[in-house]
Amino acid sequence: MDKLMSDLKTQIIAQLNLQDTKPEDIGDDQPLFVEGLGLDSIDALELIVLLQQQYKIKLSNAEDGPKVFKTVRTMAEYITAHQPQNA
Amino acid sequence: MFEEKGSELPDFLVAVYRHFELQYPKFHKMDYLSKLGWLANEILLQDVFDKEKYKPEDIGIVLSNANSSLDTDIKYYETTKTIASPAQFVYTLPNIVIGEISIRHHFKGENAFFIAEAFDAGFMEQYIGNLINNNILQCCICGWVDVLDKNYNATLFLIEKDKSANSVNFTKENLTKIYQLQNG
Amino acid sequence: MLNSSEPVFVAGTGIISAIGNRVAECLDALENGRAGMGQMHYLQSAHSKRLPVAEVKLSNEELAQLAGLPNIKSRTALLSLVAATEALAAAGIENIKDLRTGFISATSVGGMDKTENFFTGFLSDNSKGKLRDVINHECGSVTELVADALGIKDYITTISTACSSSANAIFLGARLIRNNIVDVVVAGGTDSMARFTLNGFNTLMIVDEQFCQPFDENRRGLNLGEGAGYVVLVSDKVAATLKNKPAIILSGYCNANDAYHQTASSPDGIGSFLAMSGALQKAGLKPEDIDYINLHGTGTQNNDIAEGTAIKRLFDPHYPKMSSTKTFTGHTLGASGGIEAVFSVLALQHGIIFPNLRLQTPMVDLPFVPERALVKNVKVKHVLSNSFGFGGNCSSLIFSKVES
Repeated sequence: MDKLMSDLKTQIIAQLNLQDTKPEDIGDDQPLFVEGLGLDSIDALELIVLLQQQYKIKLSNAEDGPKVFKTVRTMAEYITAHQPQNA
Repeated sequence: MFEEKGSELPDFLVAVYRHFELQYPKFHKMDYLSKLGWLANEILLQDVFDKEKYKPEDIGIVLSNANSSLDTDIKYYETTKTIASPAQFVYTLPNIVIGEISIRHHFKGENAFFIAEAFDAGFMEQYIGNLINNNILQCCICGWVDVLDKNYNATLFLIEKDKSANSVNFTKENLTKIYQLQNG
Repeated sequence: MLNSSEPVFVAGTGIISAIGNRVAECLDALENGRAGMGQMHYLQSAHSKRLPVAEVKLSNEELAQLAGLPNIKSRTALLSLVAATEALAAAGIENIKDLRTGFISATSVGGMDKTENFFTGFLSDNSKGKLRDVINHECGSVTELVADALGIKDYITTISTACSSSANAIFLGARLIRNNIVDVVVAGGTDSMARFTLNGFNTLMIVDEQFCQPFDENRRGLNLGEGAGYVVLVSDKVAATLKNKPAIILSGYCNANDAYHQTASSPDGIGSFLAMSGALQKAGLKPEDIDYINLHGTGTQNNDIAEGTAIKRLFDPHYPKMSSTKTFTGHTLGASGGIEAVFSVLALQHGIIFPNLRLQTPMVDLPFVPERALVKNVKVKHVLSNSFGFGGNCSSLIFSKVES
């Protein structure tokens, strides 16, 4: 889980062009949106793309976004639960 | 020589951002047209502009260019071959650069983006003159912001109702003179 | 010379959309609740089975025939020419050759519909494809093709501010008249269906797989549409020379920037609020003077709550009747402000309010409900038409009936 969360931080920075942010700046339980990292609705869509590209997980309902993308930890939990080999 | 210079656009944009020590994380997410227009506006307003003098809805932006958002349209099209990028799609309209500048400074006045073959100083004088003379705006940022592949150009003007120390009159002739000075 | 209070009259209107190829056909569909969405028929797309769209029910060949110009290829230009021709004919300005005339056309697609088809073949083999299909890619090129066909030479320009483009074109036209730069303006916009826009909105996950339900609590997104809509605006002086003296004026207009996000509206709809209140101020009207609001009402979660919140702030407790006619035409993007300007004029001329189709569950956060059924024989004196676009570009127009 720690490895996955650390990978995710690097991937989020690359996917969302957060040049001024370093992986260690993102806390495992820090909110990603609004008050936390300040991400917006387009970033949420880019995170859906990230899941699809890196983890082959398709989040078809954008309404699930806020739950899944709340923090790096919730993302990692979702990925672990939905990885194709676990299905 | 010209090609070499042009091929550095992404680096050039970041270099300008760093040189002026700007702090705006969202900058890195913008497309080239928005980055270029946004940077040009930061430099334009630096030191000389006091936005506190105006209400947000009294500050407007009127821009123009020849290539619309074509540079980003092409990049977005490339992404559709695998997974289409939402972050690219939002920039496939020329007026998004106006949105980015407005978001940065909370400008809420009238704004429009015109597409023309070349910078049309007469049109700018007429259009913005109308907005200012009719009290629709008290202040307007206008000019030309264009990017296509290796070619790019941003020339912006700050138009204010009240004369300041270093200002020149807002006329077609002065706009043309300054534009030509900037663009050889 | 400059007369900023001179009335600007609407002398003629023209439309082509998914619900009709002429104004009369569109009015009939609006009165009878006939929506234009359906399965994709003309656009070639991987989503043709999944996403309903509101297409104009004519092929490019049929459109070219209707427009009388077989050489124009771009669907955007053909739609534009059909609607602009109808508007000019309806205006019936006999001495138009002696008047300074402008054409201000808005579009977001331009000639891209043709470029897309060119690309497919060209990418696999660069000797394939006809370059003639891409020369009118650029938005301004479409405007010029149509201006040439209409014989308009004095003032031609294109506005591109996403979904508010047409509204901005119309109020630029009014300003040109008030500043004595032209006497007559054909103003509005056109957009044809394109894979680029459909895929783009699909990328943003805001396209409804069913028929859209604007201002419904359970709305799922928008349906993309296509079409063109124009009004012919004339000065007071020109209006006085017409056989049928026009009775509708463009009384108010305003544009403001939301300054919130590239594509989303701010939750409180500050840009929409500024546009609507600015237009009222320009027209010298109070909120309670408005009889009908033609909503932007796209059917996306974000637009409808932002627009609704701004309406609540401005109008509470005097809510006018409201509806989104995108429930008929789909969202025609750069053309929507033009098409909806014509619908606003129709509401004034006929004293009717169009229904907001498929509204089942009103939004819980809003204290008002748009009209679900056609309202007839009602006093309609002032209509507010909203058009809000990406880039935070928000525009509102007000059309008013003048006593003859």
